[in-house]
Amino acid sequence: MTSIAKPPVRHPSARLNGLGLALRDYEGAMSTLCAGCGHDSVTAALVQACWELDLPPHRAAKMSGIGCSSKTTAYFLKQSHGFNSVHGRMPSVTSGAAAANRGLICIGISGDGDSLSIGLGQLSHAIRRNVDMLYVLENNGVYGLTKGQFSASADLGSRSKRGEANEQAPIDPVLLALALGATFVARSFSGDKQQLVPILKAGLAHKGLALIDVISPCVSFNDHEGSTKSYAFTRAHEVEAVHADFIPLRHAITVGEGSEPVQVVQLHDGSSVRLRPTADDYDPTDRDSAYAHVRGCQARGEIATGLLFVDETGKDMHDFLHTVETPLIDLPYEQLCPGAAAMDDLMSRYR
Amino acid sequence: MNGRNDFAVRIGTVNGTGSASANGLLMQAIFRMGVPVSGKNIFPSNIQGLPTWYEIRVSGAGWTARPSAIDLVVALNPATHAQDVALVRPGGVLLYDSTWPLDAALHRDDITILGIPFGQLCVQAFERDRDRTLLRNICYAGALAALLDLELGVIETLLTETYGKKPHLLAANHTAMQMGYDAAQRLGVCPLPFHVARMDRTGDAILIDGNTACALGALYAGATVGAWYPITPATSLMEAFKSFCERYRIDPVTKRHRYAILQAEDELAAAGIVIGAGWAGARAFTNTSGPGISLMQEFIGLAYYTDIPAVFFDVQRCGPATGMPTRTQQADLLSLAYASHGDTKHIVLFPADPRECFELAVQAFDLAERFQTPVFVASDLDIGMNDWMVPRFTWDDSYRPDRGKVLDAEALERIQKFSRYRDADGDGIAARTLPGLGGKGAYFVRGSGHDQHAGYTEDAAAYQEVVDRLARKIAGAATAAPAPVLTAHGPAPAEIGLITIGGCDEAVREAAAMLDAQGHAVDVLRVRAFPFHADVQRFIDSHDTVCVVEQNRDAQLRALLAVELGVPRDRMHAILDYGGLPLTAQVVVDAVLALGAGVAA
Ligand SMILES: Cc1ncc(C[n+]2csc(CCOP(=O)(O)OP(=O)(O)O)c2C)c(N)n1
Ligand code: SF4
Ligand SMILES: [Mg+2]
Repeated sequence: MTSIAKPPVRHPSARLNGLGLALRDYEGAMSTLCAGCGHDSVTAALVQACWELDLPPHRAAKMSGIGCSSKTTAYFLKQSHGFNSVHGRMPSVTSGAAAANRGLICIGISGDGDSLSIGLGQLSHAIRRNVDMLYVLENNGVYGLTKGQFSASADLGSRSKRGEANEQAPIDPVLLALALGATFVARSFSGDKQQLVPILKAGLAHKGLALIDVISPCVSFNDHEGSTKSYAFTRAHEVEAVHADFIPLRHAITVGEGSEPVQVVQLHDGSSVRLRPTADDYDPTDRDSAYAHVRGCQARGEIATGLLFVDETGKDMHDFLHTVETPLIDLPYEQLCPGAAAMDDLMSRYR
Repeated sequence: MNGRNDFAVRIGTVNGTGSASANGLLMQAIFRMGVPVSGKNIFPSNIQGLPTWYEIRVSGAGWTARPSAIDLVVALNPATHAQDVALVRPGGVLLYDSTWPLDAALHRDDITILGIPFGQLCVQAFERDRDRTLLRNICYAGALAALLDLELGVIETLLTETYGKKPHLLAANHTAMQMGYDAAQRLGVCPLPFHVARMDRTGDAILIDGNTACALGALYAGATVGAWYPITPATSLMEAFKSFCERYRIDPVTKRHRYAILQAEDELAAAGIVIGAGWAGARAFTNTSGPGISLMQEFIGLAYYTDIPAVFFDVQRCGPATGMPTRTQQADLLSLAYASHGDTKHIVLFPADPRECFELAVQAFDLAERFQTPVFVASDLDIGMNDWMVPRFTWDDSYRPDRGKVLDAEALERIQKFSRYRDADGDGIAARTLPGLGGKGAYFVRGSGHDQHAGYTEDAAAYQEVVDRLARKIAGAATAAPAPVLTAHGPAPAEIGLITIGGCDEAVREAAAMLDAQGHAVDVLRVRAFPFHADVQRFIDSHDTVCVVEQNRDAQLRALLAVELGVPRDRMHAILDYGGLPLTAQVVVDAVLALGAGVAA
């Protein structure tokens, strides 16, 4: 079973957020993933991020494809609707749901198999369409659910549990997203909640598709010596390229604290992120700069993490579609049907 | 077919040269003279340079099926002369463009051969190459006006309506038309023995294609999300929807859209978008053809298994593979009825003409939401892309969409616990909630095994409970979907019963009338929905000879009848036509007569 209900106990001292909800209110069913699976940490970070953001659970739509990673939509936000669709096709289902109801806060969860192999086309086109959604790609370099085959994100030379080395070049979702024009591109590590939570919050507040590639080790099939997606390897090679602090709407922005250079990007909902790149020549609001920096890290064998690129001025799907502000599902039928008189009039065109 | 208001013309040209407007002009002129008319475009899968034909049938009696014989062939493409000459019925007429010679070997004694140098006339009259090419079409239309006795006033009005805003074009078109008209007059045969004479039989009719009609149905049904990937012959459906939306769905103040049309990266994504939108509570649809349906299979099963409404318009073309993309067929029946892996069964509607496309499109959205399941509208290239003469559409302003069982916050208050897949009413249809509601209305859609509470399960009984409910639900749709249409010979069942489907209807009913004239009593039943209505079984039981007429190689409708109703396959004769052209009555008549012995006269 992948969903076991948790006992509804609430600690009397539980802290409540702005909506009067406790952290537990943002949790879901009990995880059935392997003990130590990176995906569970991502789930915990999401719970934390949503709680801290005062995200109204009823407005969230949890979307996923198929895989261990995609199962996790059952493990958070139990008070929200969820849709565990088919393998690699979460982006299209989310596009449809978001088109129908622009009031939904779409949280998409996927895996490296789900997004970079079978679903590469759908990921790419969701980026082009710039669907307003959070897109969390839980990246472990393998197909966990089908027991450890290499995925398209497996690095050159990374060894499988049985010792074979991967010989095909990996697809890096971050470079892909940057090349395709994504307006929010980040990478993080499931073992670094400090970094991940603010990025998730910024991604949720971003207008358009926020892609977050989260290295999320698979303890059962890809956490051994020789794997480049293990906890140990990731810890040793992760380099935070940009430190991001999320500043919610209700907090005043104080620019230029401390001595490091800081860039503040105002997000769509009025909140903002404060970005501190670790390299002088790196501007995370400049696509080419971000691309060059990530490539540079890669060449040095480093895994660049952080909120690597953000552009809050981009158009999203509803801008492209010129849709009305009211969600389409809330338009009264009278505004949709031209009626009998218009039909009579129209018929004369076919005479 | 050889008299006043009862004949057929076939015009052979080259595609990409603008003949469509001339052919449309002729159709329209005959229609406005009050005479029933139909047109079939037989075109290549190509943009420019290949042979293309247009058949116009004039039938005072109102038959609109593809003609069984051609009285007049207009041969404007030397590349197809041989084919065109062969097509003229004995005693008929060939009119060719005598700018180019007609091979003497092609001459036939049993037909009248007329030549007019359309190309040469246009070279003399017009300067620019483009005008010479385009206006040659209007020139032959002018000749046909003389040969077929069309009213010049009607043609002038049509030209003015089309080119009124561009005086120089109007003048050139007028010149070309008159040139052709005069040249034909000089032949001394006008009008031909078969020609048009004004009637009053089109007053309540329109000329429209099925794709436009489906789009209008989607508009009136209140569909707000359309997702698609271009494919012939389905493309014009979404294009029509878009143009209707641009006219009727723009917010008057903000100029923003009350619709969303997404051109997806492929048909998989189009299906995903429609299913996501349906889940979220929108009326959503996609338009595609066989290859697209093949790609959508996995998603269709997901929507079926998770009770999500979605409407799929399948404008069928000749398969398999790319097949013949510009030819018609009804060969997706099996793949629609049981689309996707696992045990599935789907509601499929079969419109017979554009008017039914409109009506069944609206019903498709109601059925999809009421039964929370994918619904297919199986049209085809002939219905979708050709202009058909049908009664004008009307709309009842009291119509309200059937949204099915959707619980809002208030309704949710009144229940203890919400179980997404619980069959509370015994009809197999469980109430749903829409995302955005939250609280106890929240549930988790999963394509993996789930129980009636939408929880994950691998338990045999809990799994079966859900799939058995789905079977009950779809069985219930048989009575809610449009009933079959019976065209009875008399009060008692006739000797022969013809069962047919979709666009075959016109030809089959015409065949029944022809057989009747030859002393064979025939009843016709046209199936309009799958799963089958009980009347279909009754019709089979009450006829000694049953034939199933359809346009595919493998007798797919017959197979469905055999599987679903348990009728032995050999109890039903298959009459099949699958070369890619619309059915003609003669094919059906010949097949029925060929049954020979055992069929009472
Ligand atoms: C059409 C289809 N093909 C194959 C599968 C089998 N399958 C299930 S999950 C999966 C791979 C999942 O990999 P990933 O997205 O990386 O998720 P992870 O389990 O690693 O988190 C595959 C191949 C499927 N469910 N559907
Ligand atoms: S197999 Fe790997 S990815 Fe799947 S739950 Fe176990 S650790 Fe996680
Ligand atoms: Mg994986």
